[in-house]
Amino acid sequence: MLGKLSFSAIPLDVPILVGTFLGVAVIGLAVLGAVTYYGKWGYLWREWLTTVDHKRLAVMYVILAIVMLFRGFADAIMMRTQLALAYKGNPGYLPPHHYDQIFSAHGTIMIFFMAMAFMTGLLNLVVPLQIGARDVAFPFLNSLSFYMTLVGALLINISLFIGEFAQCGWLVYPPLSEMQFSPGVGVDYYIWAVQISGVGTLLTGVNFFTTIVKMRAPGMGWMQMPVFTWTAFCTTVLIMVSFPVLTVTLALLSLDRYLGMHFFTNDAGGNVMLYLSMIWTWGHPEVYILVIPAFGVFSEVTATFSQKPLFGYKTMVYATCSIMVLSFVVWVHHFFTMGAGANVNTFFGIMTMIIAVPTGVKIYNWLFTMYKGRVEFTAPMYWTIGFMITFSIGGMTGVMMAMPAADWILHNSLFLIAHFHNVIIGGVYFGYIAGMGFWFPKAFGFKLNEAWGKRAFWCWFIGFYLAFVPLYILGLEGMTRRMNHYDNPDWYPWMLVAEAGAIVIACGIACQLTQLYVSIRDRNLPENLDLTGDPWNGRTLEWAISSPPPAYNFAVIPDIHGLDTFHTEKQLGLKAHGKPLAPIHMPKNTSAGVFIGLFAFLFGFASIWYIWWLAAISLIGIVATMILRSANRDVDYYVPVSEIEHNEEVYSRRIAAAQAAE
Amino acid sequence: MAQAHTAHDGSHGSYSAYLIGFVLAVILTVASFAAVMTHALSPGMALAALTVLAVVQIVVHLVFFLHMNTSSEQSWNLMCFIFAAASVIVIIGGTIFIMHDTAINMMSR
Repeated sequence: MLGKLSFSAIPLDVPILVGTFLGVAVIGLAVLGAVTYYGKWGYLWREWLTTVDHKRLAVMYVILAIVMLFRGFADAIMMRTQLALAYKGNPGYLPPHHYDQIFSAHGTIMIFFMAMAFMTGLLNLVVPLQIGARDVAFPFLNSLSFYMTLVGALLINISLFIGEFAQCGWLVYPPLSEMQFSPGVGVDYYIWAVQISGVGTLLTGVNFFTTIVKMRAPGMGWMQMPVFTWTAFCTTVLIMVSFPVLTVTLALLSLDRYLGMHFFTNDAGGNVMLYLSMIWTWGHPEVYILVIPAFGVFSEVTATFSQKPLFGYKTMVYATCSIMVLSFVVWVHHFFTMGAGANVNTFFGIMTMIIAVPTGVKIYNWLFTMYKGRVEFTAPMYWTIGFMITFSIGGMTGVMMAMPAADWILHNSLFLIAHFHNVIIGGVYFGYIAGMGFWFPKAFGFKLNEAWGKRAFWCWFIGFYLAFVPLYILGLEGMTRRMNHYDNPDWYPWMLVAEAGAIVIACGIACQLTQLYVSIRDRNLPENLDLTGDPWNGRTLEWAISSPPPAYNFAVIPDIHGLDTFHTEKQLGLKAHGKPLAPIHMPKNTSAGVFIGLFAFLFGFASIWYIWWLAAISLIGIVATMILRSANRDVDYYVPVSEIEHNEEVYSRRIAAAQAAE
Repeated sequence: MAQAHTAHDGSHGSYSAYLIGFVLAVILTVASFAAVMTHALSPGMALAALTVLAVVQIVVHLVFFLHMNTSSEQSWNLMCFIFAAASVIVIIGGTIFIMHDTAINMMSR
């Protein structure tokens, strides 16, 4: 009846997990209780859970990403603490079975549910606004994508309390992930969490690609698109090419596990090495999927706060596109040591080194944008400068490992761990946080607190170096990744330094929470309110409308005459209006995404635990909801002119109030 | 969204185009069978010939039956096709390149 599921699957014997469960339960009940106490269930359901508004989905994505950041970081600091203790006679506090789950979950959560969710959130918030669109091309699919991501995140977190998680690393390499060596449900949790959220990501890719191609404001040619939109475009292309590869690879692995096939087994003609090649065919573009939008954020932030147009817009676009193409022909550098010959390794090694060229072009573009600019050192600018330093170092260690000969020494050592955290924290995370600070006023109508933002930056920046420079040294000294225990006395002091770094980063996260709290508390102070919708003297279209924007974004779709039209017109004192208002065609909210998400969750859970009747019912549920939704013709409405006029009038009064205050 | 819709008005081809396509397809199919059944070619050559004939067959179908051409209304279709083809070549070709080399080096086959 319940497949593999029984009471013994609940890890009551692990005190850390019981404590975590109690903590999560208390916080969860407190949130649910608060929503009930304030009578906000109806509001939450109508305005947020069923929404198809890209701006609200963006907020939900970023909240999900921040929650997942806590989970992923908790894993990280537990690993560091284990290694600070587990030296010589001390076994540490995490037995290998638990420790292996933690490092697997850390990577999976940080990439799929922190970084991907954050990236999708930024795309959702900014892209339609930057191109002058009223929503994305497929608003319902956008809601569905969110729920697919959420379901993946839920599944992976439920593995904490029911059953176990994978113990074979964040990419579950076979043969360790095959049934023979991982008979538990851990790998199945991984497979279904990633597969379901992968559907969401693929739909997001298609959705935003279509949005950018078809829904740009009149006059906005390709070379008039803001750089962030360009980077979003390149990312969606990479998503559309690479995510199907991930889906197929994991589908083959699940065929091995569920139906006893032999794609990646050791025996019966399986080829373990094919899995490496296939997973990295997705995996390498994936890291560029994450970092390219961060490059877009830095471009917008640098240009805005240097009060200059971006230096070398065209080279920036071409560099982004070349990175997009090149990122597809470098994947072997993740497994130079697999045993492919010199031809293969040389080709992919050279390709990897070539990627450093367009990336270097970008760094110089940002530097020259700042050069002779009147740079305002706001918190997003701090993150940007921190990024330029940190990412350059990470890029250089990456080029070092692009040499197959060097990689034979560094492969799977802590040097590699230090390298990719150097680019992912220094590039992706710094970028997303800069973007969050930059666009926060657009989403909510008030600014984030600057002082706490800068404190957060310094903690992250210093903490990062404290935590990861020791890992470079340890890697050169021969320490490998995923170790649970060690005896080498030379390593011990460095592990202590790394632990200190993790604690400093924890302070950074605490500062970010405080920043959110203080900003919300002081949101009505005049210096924090964003009345004009343009708090930074911005350059692109999203700053041409009120903060937060109305559901339809633009009362009148603007005409574009060139790059940074909004900024040019602002300087000339032109007003973009003049066209008569007309009723606006908008999509209606729908609960179909919620229900498909619910069924997908049940389907995933049932498949993990071999509860086949439930899997069948939930699969029927998904299809039935889809059919019902397709048959529903009542999916849109018109915003009447009177409502638009009212909103515009309120906005004009706010601008007048802001000008009076100056 | 309403503005995302465009009319699907691509040409549906003429009678003669379909006929030419059909004849070409038949010739290519017969040639493929002939290459194998007559034993005129060595197995290696036959495989190469089949590959070439198959690729030409794909192009014939695309041009004459799916009306793919370089006209402006077809440009997105063409671009998507080239993009898909390039992706497939990189992914499958790259994988074969890597796995073949590995198999030789590791004697895994």
